[in-house]
Amino acid sequence: MAENIDLTLLDKTLEDYASVKGSLITVLQHAQDIYGYLPEEIIKHISDKMSIPVAKIMGVATFYTQFRLKPVGKYLIMLCKGTACHVNNSDLIEKTINETLGISDGETTEDGLFSLKNVACLGCCSLSPVMMINGETYGSLTPDKVIGILNTLRQNALEEGNEQ
Amino acid sequence: MKIVVGEGSCGIAAGAAKVYSAFEKLTEKYDGIDLGFTGCNGMCFLEPIVDIYDDNGDLTRLVKVSENDCEAIIKAVSENSLEDLEALKISKEDEEFLNKQTRIALRHCGLINPEDIDEYLACDGYKAVEKVLKTMTAQQVIEEIKVSGLAGRGGAGFPTWFKWNAARNSEGSEKYLICNADEGDPGAFMDRAVIESDPHSLIEGMLIGAYAIGAGEMVVYVRAEYPLAVKRLEKAIKQAEERGFLGENILSSGFSCKMRIKAGAGAFVCGEETALIESLEGNRGMPRLKPPFPAQEGYWHKPSNINNVETYANVAWIILNGGEKFAQMGTENSKGTKVFALTGKIKRGGLVEIPMGMTLREVIFDIGGGIRDSKKFKAVQMGGPSGGCIPESLLDTVIDYKALAQTGAIMGSGGMVVMDESTCMVGMAKFFLDFTTKESCGKCVHCRLGTKRMYEMLTRIVEGNGRPGDIELLEELCYSVKDGALCGLGQTAPNPVLTTLKYFRDEYEAHINNKKCPAGECSALIKYVIDSSKCVGCTKCAKNCPVNAISGKVKQPHAIDADKCIKCGKCRGNCNFSAVEVR
Repeated sequence: MAENIDLTLLDKTLEDYASVKGSLITVLQHAQDIYGYLPEEIIKHISDKMSIPVAKIMGVATFYTQFRLKPVGKYLIMLCKGTACHVNNSDLIEKTINETLGISDGETTEDGLFSLKNVACLGCCSLSPVMMINGETYGSLTPDKVIGILNTLRQNALEEGNEQ
Repeated sequence: MKIVVGEGSCGIAAGAAKVYSAFEKLTEKYDGIDLGFTGCNGMCFLEPIVDIYDDNGDLTRLVKVSENDCEAIIKAVSENSLEDLEALKISKEDEEFLNKQTRIALRHCGLINPEDIDEYLACDGYKAVEKVLKTMTAQQVIEEIKVSGLAGRGGAGFPTWFKWNAARNSEGSEKYLICNADEGDPGAFMDRAVIESDPHSLIEGMLIGAYAIGAGEMVVYVRAEYPLAVKRLEKAIKQAEERGFLGENILSSGFSCKMRIKAGAGAFVCGEETALIESLEGNRGMPRLKPPFPAQEGYWHKPSNINNVETYANVAWIILNGGEKFAQMGTENSKGTKVFALTGKIKRGGLVEIPMGMTLREVIFDIGGGIRDSKKFKAVQMGGPSGGCIPESLLDTVIDYKALAQTGAIMGSGGMVVMDESTCMVGMAKFFLDFTTKESCGKCVHCRLGTKRMYEMLTRIVEGNGRPGDIELLEELCYSVKDGALCGLGQTAPNPVLTTLKYFRDEYEAHINNKKCPAGECSALIKYVIDSSKCVGCTKCAKNCPVNAISGKVKQPHAIDADKCIKCGKCRGNCNFSAVEVR
């Protein structure tokens, strides 16, 4: 996959920030927005351009939960594991996703459709238990509701695939 | 007539954006109806909320509105027949939720359009900055804050004036004012609501602080998970720059100050001020040794002041209304109001701002309406992973920094998670330790390894493998971590364990000695049984059982084979007759 990574997409970010001290996290955030994750080539590229050792960049990239070193699926499920969701049985929701998709926290389905990520709190506590998929929030979840949502998304992806 | 849709993050999650766009399409057809939006008024349990203001400014509030209701609403509004909307109107009982609050930090939330500076200006916006820049010295500002008794609302409750004064007195001309909007406490969302609903009040409060300490640059460190807050704050900063409230020579006073946003990348420890500074500098967010304090050597080793969002949101009000008026509210050692995010097994969950000195019972039962589904109150968790669980016997504790600390919990940033009898307290402690173990930055041994060992022990207990002596060992470990950890994260991480041990020790003992979970939550320690007197033999449970552990004929009581049962709970969730019991 290395040959597909277009380093020039990051030029504008590096131009804006490479010489601004303390902006490594911002650059990594932009890079992840562009590529969906932080590929090794990009980390090396940032290291060259910003004169920051790869080891330090890796240190930062692995410290914060936002950064990913592997690509994610078409649908990124962010499952809220905050306190209010915990009290309202988010563990059962997690189990349902695990069983339905066959993936655990941090994994992606083999077809590349779904990734699951447990997150600390989405701040929609009154709708708990909650998950967010590609920016859309789904609240007051039950196992049946979750299965329904996942099926719909899978169906949508299939239809999109057929259209192409 | 004006229709205003509440569009905070939680409102949008509940469908407010769809409601808004439905109205948008419809208003084209009707003349004389303005459509607008506002932030979050805190009544999360009633979202999406639509406020209708008539030409006299009188309000009719509609709740739990769906996009399908919009046509009827707009018709009623255009025909001036609001009585047709009776079914959607907020109930008298739910109105109490707001009526019993006193709002300062949330004073504009849900009332103004957060993306329009003119609406903020119309309610005395930026008047406090004007007053400060034109009529007060920095020392007078600090004095006014001192009189108000405002303390840091992020959790520690340190007097705000003291921090400001220390930063002011530190040598050097380059100083920074930082806002901690990295609201990491799971179950708290006050700061997000303030930024999303009233971003200019944050800017104004920070500007006053910057003037007081002599800072030329302000930075807001916002959680990456709050995209709407970032977007609205960016817009607000731009508008404030255009109107001359930010930048060079503000209001021709000679005072200059700029402002920028830095998005966090997800690390709970960055709520600790020195870790936050490390993160701002582009490093791993690991706390520094104190002293030197940020007021002496902070961001880029220059004097810096850090407060959280809610603290700054009070400042403009204090300057305009006087510190004394603020100090009249509250108790002897806790002044003013505090915002809480009331969540969990509560009837009316949302944002609550109340004067200090109110009791927990008043907040949970009078404002929050008590426990939902007619279950029994068990505990309230305050202060998130750094706080503790307060039992029913202490519900008359007043909200006050000292009184809450005496219970073993803390005021915290404002998370208030209510639990009923079905929540296992050992499981709750394990939940928080799971969180702190993952969020420990790893710098000091006590926190890195101590929290992990505690988590392992709690896991053992909830899985039915607890051993005699585990409770004592847990306690010993708690005190070691408390004493040995470098920063607030580690020092407070044992609090959820210590408070549950203090108030719910019998639950720990039941798990360890009797291998039972009194709340019926820990799957390793419970079994599902069908009550034959309630079972009507509908076969629904048997059909839904993933391992075929349920047998029985149609219209006859069913039974669960305990050896086959994997305790998934599907039978219980599916039973319409409450015949499946947990024992």
